[in-house]
Amino acid sequence: MSSYTAEVRITPRAGLLDPEGKAVENALHSLDFGQVEDVRVGRLIRLRLRADSDARAREAADEMCRKLLANPVTEDYEIDLVKGG
Amino acid sequence: MRAAIVTFPGSNCDYDCFKAITDVLHEEAYFVWHRDESVGDCDLVILPGGFSYGDYLRAGAIARFSPIMRDVQRFAADGGYVLGVCNGFQVLCEAGMLPGALIRNRSLQFQGERVWVRVENTDTAFTSDYEKGQLLHLHIAHGQGNYVADPETLDRLESERRVIFRYVDEHGNATDEGNANGSMNNIAGIINESGNVLGLMPHPERSVEALLGSTDGLPLFTSLAQRLATAGRSA
Repeated sequence: MSSYTAEVRITPRAGLLDPEGKAVENALHSLDFGQVEDVRVGRLIRLRLRADSDARAREAADEMCRKLLANPVTEDYEIDLVKGG
Repeated sequence: MRAAIVTFPGSNCDYDCFKAITDVLHEEAYFVWHRDESVGDCDLVILPGGFSYGDYLRAGAIARFSPIMRDVQRFAADGGYVLGVCNGFQVLCEAGMLPGALIRNRSLQFQGERVWVRVENTDTAFTSDYEKGQLLHLHIAHGQGNYVADPETLDRLESERRVIFRYVDEHGNATDEGNANGSMNNIAGIINESGNVLGLMPHPERSVEALLGSTDGLPLFTSLAQRLATAGRSA
């Protein structure tokens, strides 16, 4: 068994309106950051877990995302896995 | 009619539902706690509004794993009627008992106001006492009521007449201006394929007595009471 750190990045699904991202984008524009073209606001979940291989750790984190951490209807997720941490 | 009203930590419309059923309809209702494992001897389950688990992660995301939800799913699978109001609608979507999801309002604000809602389908156990196309003035009180679903799901909901309530303007038109929170297709409430699970964001239980300013929510409860009086216990 090894210890892993998984960073799960959850973002609003591409193509779906992200009201929060839109509001931040407008605020950046009003601060004269006219170069900003798009903003998506998501969530970062950092968790530590134990698993007996990299593959198992990733599999577990992926299952957590599908069952609870992300809503597949509205959100995409990416998992960064680091051994130890 | 005998309704089980589920209280989650953070529910705050459970008593409104209880009063609507007992004081106004003179039917039976009782509470079940989210840790209970059975909904008991009822013919209707209500998932009330509120902020279960503080809306952590996503509204309704954690409540759906409460022990009681397993029995709510069993009850619905057996044909029992389930009504989800506001947070209850969010829980039903998170639990996969209704399609789609509810995201943050287009306005980014919590909206507590009375809005116009049109009844789209009266051929359901929840809406038989309404007139088709009837305009209702109902409260909304939510920050995440913006209904989204993929295009295939929307097409299916529309073609199967499963959009039951729609946000409209005061003239009854489903315009963008009349869309309270940005919901796709102005959707305010939908029903499942079997017609026994309904979720909606507006609060019918807050409009059941003239003293409250509107009785437009009452027919939803009388429809159910009538259906359940003739059907008997369904589960």
